[in-house]
Formats: sequence, C-alpha cells, structure tokens
Amino acid sequence: MKFPFPKRKIVTEATQSFTFSRRAMVVGGLQGAIGAVLVGRMAWISVVQNEKYSLLSESNRVNLTLIPPRRGWIIDRNGRPLANNRTDFRVDLIPQRIVDAEATISHLARLLKLEPDDVDRIREDLEKSAGFRPVQVADKLTYDQYAAISVRLPDLPGVAPSQGFSRHYPAGATVGHLLGYVGAATAEDYKARRNPLLITPGFKIGKDGLEKAFDGHLTGKPGAKRVEVTARGKIVQELTTRTDTPGRTIKLTIDAGLQEFAGRRLATQSGSVVVIDCHNGDVLALASMPSFDPNSFSDGISHLEYEMLSKDDHVPLRNKTLQGLYPPGSTVKPMVALALLEAGIGPQETVNCPGAIRVGNTLFHCHKRRGHGPLNMRGAIAQSCDIYFYQMAQRIGMDRIASMARRVGMGQKFDLPFPSQSYGTVPDPAWKERKYNQKWQVYDTVNATIGQGYMLINPLQMAVMAARLATGKQLMPNFIYGAPKPDPASVGASEEHLVVIRDAMNAVVNGGGTGGAARSSIPGVMVAGKTGTAQVRRITMAERAGGVRGNSSLAFKLRDHALFQGFAPFDNPRYAIACIIEHGGHMIRNEDAPMIASDTLSYLFDPAKAMEKLETLEKGWGGTPSERQARQMAAFRLAKAIEKGEAPTPADNAMNAANASVAAPTTAPAPPPAADDESDVPAPANSTAAP
Amino acid sequence: MSIVPKPLTEFPWRILALLLAIAGFGTIVLYSAASGSIFPWAFNQGIRFCIFSAMALCLSRIPVEVFARYAFPAYGAVLAALFLVELIGGVAGGSQRWINLGFMQLQPSEFMKPIIVLTIARFYALLPVGEIRRWNAIWPALALIGFPWALVLIQPDLGTATMILAGGITVMFLAGLPLRLFVGSGLAVAAIIPIAFSFLHDYQKNRVLIFLDPESDPLGAGYHISQSKIAIGSGGIWGKGFLKGSQSHLDYLPEGHTDFVFATMAEEWGLIGGTLLILAFMLLFRWGIRVAMRAQDKFARMAAAGLTTTIFFYVAINLMMVMGLAPVVGIPLPFMSYGGSSMLTVMLCIGIIMAIDRAGKRRAGTGNWR
Repeated sequence: MKFPFPKRKIVTEATQSFTFSRRAMVVGGLQGAIGAVLVGRMAWISVVQNEKYSLLSESNRVNLTLIPPRRGWIIDRNGRPLANNRTDFRVDLIPQRIVDAEATISHLARLLKLEPDDVDRIREDLEKSAGFRPVQVADKLTYDQYAAISVRLPDLPGVAPSQGFSRHYPAGATVGHLLGYVGAATAEDYKARRNPLLITPGFKIGKDGLEKAFDGHLTGKPGAKRVEVTARGKIVQELTTRTDTPGRTIKLTIDAGLQEFAGRRLATQSGSVVVIDCHNGDVLALASMPSFDPNSFSDGISHLEYEMLSKDDHVPLRNKTLQGLYPPGSTVKPMVALALLEAGIGPQETVNCPGAIRVGNTLFHCHKRRGHGPLNMRGAIAQSCDIYFYQMAQRIGMDRIASMARRVGMGQKFDLPFPSQSYGTVPDPAWKERKYNQKWQVYDTVNATIGQGYMLINPLQMAVMAARLATGKQLMPNFIYGAPKPDPASVGASEEHLVVIRDAMNAVVNGGGTGGAARSSIPGVMVAGKTGTAQVRRITMAERAGGVRGNSSLAFKLRDHALFQGFAPFDNPRYAIACIIEHGGHMIRNEDAPMIASDTLSYLFDPAKAMEKLETLEKGWGGTPSERQARQMAAFRLAKAIEKGEAPTPADNAMNAANASVAAPTTAPAPPPAADDESDVPAPANSTAAP
Repeated sequence: MSIVPKPLTEFPWRILALLLAIAGFGTIVLYSAASGSIFPWAFNQGIRFCIFSAMALCLSRIPVEVFARYAFPAYGAVLAALFLVELIGGVAGGSQRWINLGFMQLQPSEFMKPIIVLTIARFYALLPVGEIRRWNAIWPALALIGFPWALVLIQPDLGTATMILAGGITVMFLAGLPLRLFVGSGLAVAAIIPIAFSFLHDYQKNRVLIFLDPESDPLGAGYHISQSKIAIGSGGIWGKGFLKGSQSHLDYLPEGHTDFVFATMAEEWGLIGGTLLILAFMLLFRWGIRVAMRAQDKFARMAAAGLTTTIFFYVAINLMMVMGLAPVVGIPLPFMSYGGSSMLTVMLCIGIIMAIDRAGKRRAGTGNWR
C-alpha cells in the first residue's frame, strides 16, 4: 500500500473537482461505449445471424405433422374390396409426453368406457414402447367420444386424438391368413428404417400375408400438416396441409365371394381349402380356418383374445394352406397311377386284393379288411385299393413315382408373395440316402404310394397337383390378377393317359367310389376327385386284431386327417380344388373334405344355390364363423373371470354352459349340437388307409 | 424566455418527455406481450408510471442537502431491514427477499441500490480533501458496501448484490481514489473468480455455466437465453411487426413481460426499435452525467453520477443478459419491464438527479437542462 505516502500528489479541492470531471467523463464514455457494444451485439444477432434465428423461430412456431397415407386397397378379381380403409376417430398415447401414465390411462378408461383387458393391453404396450412409438388407446370412436377427449386435452398430456383411416377387411376371419393384417411399426422396424412415418400415430405396416409382401406397393406417400403451436403444444391455427397420396391398389386373382364361402364352408373344422383356375393357375380361394379376424388384429388385439387364439387346438394362428404339412394319403393315387401308365402298365391290368399282402416281413393291409377282389386301375382308384398300388408300385420302383410326383407339383417351392411356406417332401432312394444315410426299402415305396411315410404336402400343392392332373400342364399358382406368366410346360403325360386318370377320378365320385359325398348338385357339372385319409398314429398289430378304433373314440389330436383333391367339370376341367381337414377323421359327413370341396366348387357354378345350402348348414353349426368366435370369446372371458375369482359363480346351468364351451376347444371340435353330429355320420369309412 | 413564466421553464420538460417516450414505448410493448390487451400489464404499468413520475417531481423540489443529511440514517434503516429479512427467512426456512407489510411486500434490497450511492457519496463528501489518498478513505466505504452486499448475496440475489457493489465502487472511483487501486483489485478479482465460483449456489453456478454455453441445455436452464436470442435474432432489422411476434405470443419466450421484455420488443420492432431504445437510455445517462458535472457540491455531483450509473447498470446488465452476454440474474429493464419495485427505485434515482439538476440551475440561473 502506497497510502502512507501522501506526498506524492497534493490533493486540493480544485484538483479533486478536476479529477471528478475527468472520471465522470470516463464513466459517461464507458456507458456510451457499452451502449455501442450492445447495439453492435444486437445488430450481430438480428442482422448477421438473422437467418439462423429466423429458422429457429419458425421451427418453434410451426409444428410439422405427417399425415399417414391411406393404404392401397386389395381387391379381388372382380374388383370387390378384400381390404379397404374406413374413416375413424382414434386416440393414441405418446409415451414421451405422458406425465402420469396411470392417471392418464384411468381417466381415458373412464371417458371411453374401456374394457379391463383393453386397459391391460395399453399398459403393456406402454411398457414395451421405447418412448417414441405411439400406443393405441382406442379407435373406431364415435364423434362424441372423440370430442370428449379433445376438449380435455390440456389435462391429458401425451394423449393424441386423431382422425384417420383404419384398415377394414369386409370378409373378416375368412381372409385372415390370405391377407395377413396391419399393425403399428415396432421399435425394431423404426431402428432399422429411421423413417419418421413409422412413428406417426395411425400409420400401420403390413405384418403378415399379402399385406406384408406388398407393403411397399400399398404404402402411399404421407401428407403433411403445418400447424402453429404454442410452447405448451396447443394448436393455434393450421397453416397449410398437403394431402397424402394413397398407396396403389392390388388386384388379386382371389374371388372374394368364393374365398368367403370356402372359409365359412369349412364349418367348425380346422382345415383349409384352395381353389385354382385350371386355365392359368390363378388362385381363386386360399382359405384356412379357423382364423384370426384381421380386423381385430389390426386394431391391436386384446391380450385375452390372443391367448384364446394361441391356446385353440384348431391353430387359428397358423396359415394351414401354406404352412400346414400333411401326409397326402390316398390323394396321391391318381398321380401314382399316371406314373404307372407312363411306365407302361396298361389301365386294364388287374390285381387281386385279398385284404393284405406281405412285404418283407411286414403285413400291409388294405383299408377294406375283406379285400376288394380283382381290380383294374379305374376300380383301384375309385375304391382306393391299397393292395393294387402296393403291387404295381413295386413293379416300377420309387424313382419313376417320385419323378411324376415332382412334375405334378409335390415338394415344389412356388414363388409366392407370402413370408413363409412349407413345401414338403417327395422321398426317393437318393433323398433317403442323403437325409438318413439309409438304404431305400421296398416298404418305403409301399408307404409312399399311399401317401404315407416320408411324403408330405401342403394344401396349395395339393390343389396344384389336382390342377396339373386335370390339365396335364405344369400350372403355377398365381395371386396377382393379370400377372404375365410363361406358357406352362407339360406334365409329360399323354392325353390318352390323362383321360384314364380323369375317368377314374370321376368314378371316385360318380361311379360308386369312396368320394360319393362329393357328388355335384349342379346339373351337367360332374366333379372328379380323390379322397384321402392321413393317419397320424400308428396302428399296432394288437389293435388291428381287436378291431381298429373308431376316430370318434380318439382324442382330437390322434384322429386322421381327411383330404380331398379334385376338379370340375371332370371332362373339361375348369377349376381344381384341394381340401384338408385336420383331424377330421371322416366323422361328420357334411363337414368332411369331399362335401366341402364339392360345395365350394358348386359356388363357382351356382353361387345362389350354394349359399342357400351353406346358410341352412350354418344354422346347425351355431352361425357364421364370426358369430361362433364371438361366442367362444365370451365363454373364454367368463371362464377366465371365474378362474381368477372375479366373477361370482353363477347358477349351476350357467356354470355348466361356460365350462362346456371352454372345454370344447380342447376336446371336441364341434361344440354346439353334439347330438346332431352323431346322427349325421352315416358311413364314415374308418379304417387304415383310404376311404 | 420572457413570455413563459419561470416555473414552467424551470420544469424539466425535456427529461420528462424522454422518460414518457421510454415508458410509453414500454407500455406499448406490454400491450403486445399480453396478446393485444391493455390488461393486465400495460394499464398497471401506465398508472405506476404516472404515480412514480409525480413522486419523482416531488423529490425534485427537495433541497439536495436533505438527501445528504438523511443518507446515513436511510442506509442504517435499510440495512436493518435487510437483517430482518434474513432473520425472517431463516425462521421461515428458505430464502426470502421481502418483508410483508400487509398492504405490500417491501423488498429492502431494491432500496439499497440508490441508497448505497447516496451513502458512499455522503461519506466522501464529509471526508477531508487531504484524506482521499489515505487508507482511511477506503475501509469505511468498503465496509459500507460490504455489509449490504453480503446480506443480499446470501438471500441469494446475485444480480442485486452485483448492482450494490458496482454502484458503490463507481462512487469510490468518482471520489478520486487512486486509479491503480481499481486496476489492481480488478486483476485480483479476475484471479479470485474461479475460487468464488465454487462458493456459489448450485443454481447460480448453473446459470453461469449455461450463460457460457446456452446451447448445452436448450430445453432446461439455457432455455431463457436461447429463446431470447431467437426472439431478438428473428426480429431482424425491421422486426416482425407490432403484435406479430411469435416467440412471445406463443409463449416460447419466458418472462416476456418482465426480465425479457427487451426480447419481446426486439422481435416486433427489430434492430431499429432496439437501437432507438438504447439511444433513449443513452440520452438519459448523458443528462445524468451532465447534471453531475455541472453540480458544484461534492455530494451532489457524486450522487448524480452514481445514481445515473445505477440506472445504467440496470439497463446494461439486463440487455447483456437478454442478448446472451451475461448470465441470467433477474435484473429488470427500467420503464420497460413490468413490475413496481424496479420502477420505484429508478424513479427515486431520477427524482434525486432532478433535484440536483434544479439546485444546479438555480445557482447557474439558466433554464437550459444541458
């Protein structure tokens, strides 16, 4: 401190005043300078950086929201919609913006009167979503509900009501497996594609079936809406709106009426029907029942409904037409016969059927215990005699049969717009060597000729086989209407041989054969076909000795599959069909494969008459598939509630009813009129191989 | 100046017109900030301006000696009030800045801003001329500044504390203390800042850190500065137009009618409006400094310059904060920001400067306010 030395500078009143004036000017100057700096700073921000801040201000002010594009329609060959869009009011939750999830959900549940399982689903979705993906609360709201939510928005952060379009499948469950369904993109989808459209509320992508395969084609270009919003997210005004460009329409070869008919005609069975146009391979129907309702899947399915579907032993979640593999059973016999003809065996050569023959050291039985006696090819196919084929197949060997099997489409993987298909096996000696490292045995040939053993087929392949046997051309199944396709190659059989096969297949239905149930009710149209039974269990010697057990006494899973393949009209084939009933066991005549196939074909010739018959039959089955499913759902929900102790135990009869309907799926396939079913089984040929 | 009667020519028309222009502009901005409504802000602010202008004019009739005489007692009273606030706050738990008088809330720290200036000016006015370069000239002043500064700082109110300190130091500078003292302590402070920083409250530290890099937390604590800069920057040269500011009208700009009113203004009036406003303030300061330089009395000239500087600090700190040059410290913009206590303080300053001006003119016998 230099203070103790005041001598340095003599301070007087005058110098002090002078100092003050100088310093006051310094202070004033500094103030001016700082003022100038402030003006300069302001100019820097507002002039030099104006563009940057203007953009930021605009991005604050304007909120750009994407409008999900309307999905393209899927229409059938006649232009009828299989999948279209419906205007709806919906409410979503944006997880990021929610403050109190529990309070918000319970508030919404009160406003919209949501079911408890819907609330559970919302909670679950909310947990799973990674914050950016909207969770659907409800859709198909009435305008009043929509308005009720909209006016409460300030109290409900994270709730996003919107008006949009939802996917609608007019035919419901009958097109479930064919079309698949749509749903909100998953977190993985978004991570993979980083497309902001994926997280726009209301936008859905195809999840299965054709919806998934043609997702890009069906997805249009999103529209955009610019709105002015406050800092709290309140919309002040709409600025501009660019409308969306809807996705393109897809025209399928499917006949919507036939598809729905086939689905309904499968009744209470777990089965599938495929119909192919013999002119060009167009697939007219691809029905797999029971099925999920794609409408409820696309809305976000409830936990309970999903649980019910996945527990059902009729596997409604599997597309049986493409993913179901079955031993083809006797339906391969016309194909084997064609191979026999090709190998030079005459159609009139006869084999005597004594009821059983010994191959190696195993006794192989015919399905008819007492035997058919002497049979030529026509008779052997009509009566489905196993012995004839055991004998003849041994004469020509497996390789020639396998070659024919491949040419008619067995084991062939088709180029189809579906995410997955199982395409089965055509076994031959080389295949067995490769697969099991074992030598081909004679009994392998014997098994294969009656479609058992290693041989597997899916329903689509079976329909393709029927179409190729009917036309002699290697038709390829096709789903897109008018798709260009090369002329099909020949199966390699002469027309003469084909006539023999078609005539024999006609005899199956119209000549006193095993397929009498498939006889057509349309005058002038004769259905030709071949029945089949695929065993899913082994019949022991002991059982055979005591009499083979009837299917009705077996558990559902142990019953035989019932199969039918055929075409109509027999002399000038127009349509080919395949029908497989899982564990049908030929127990109920009007729900068995031949009659289902025949009725489905009759729809193509006389829809009104076919429909009339179906409606009569449905009364006995408890209504349309959707009615039956709704009833099953209600019973399942009640059973769940009783299980959890939520519902009071009702009066005895109600209790029994509930138990009966819940028990039904696990034991018997046809819940409602059990008594009728029994009386409706006149002649189920229940034996080893083939009726 | 013969026709017009003397009391009228003596009346400080020009400065009143300047204040009216600034406050009128402020009222217009508040009208816009309320989305084109005179309620609740513009009307109240206008009324307040009228009342406080009248108060300032009354103060201007009081002889300067009165201010000098009551400087120390007033200082003592406000300091006691600051203690009281601290005690009440301590009892109630948490920080408190005001005393509830029932009919209004008294914020004593606000009064300390002009009173520290008067007190330090009074101290140096009483100090014999020869003592100015001695140690005795320094420690009493530092103590006088230090007590209120510390009390306000622990409230905690960094902005007001800084203004009290700056106001006092300015008067010390004007009193003629050796220049090297200021240079030396400036350097010392620069060295101490990192240490002082560690004693700040977390939220104060945050404010400082975010001021240094507002974009680091654009949605959190840096939100104020970011949005304010967006408002000013998007205004451009001519502004978006009256009532057309999106930042303020859509609530993106927080405190758009109080501390960040300048951003609200700049968004709608652009660089032009901002520059004119700053010019108007500069004219006000020039008037204050000139009054100080004209004054003969030691107390009067230091008080006038010091009070002018106090108003200047309001303006400078607020504008620097709004433009992202200073941390957010909660200092309002005089005449523009909505709020009574800051306007009261500023009008007290103006009133006292007017009184000094009046005394000076009487002596000089000139009617010119320059």
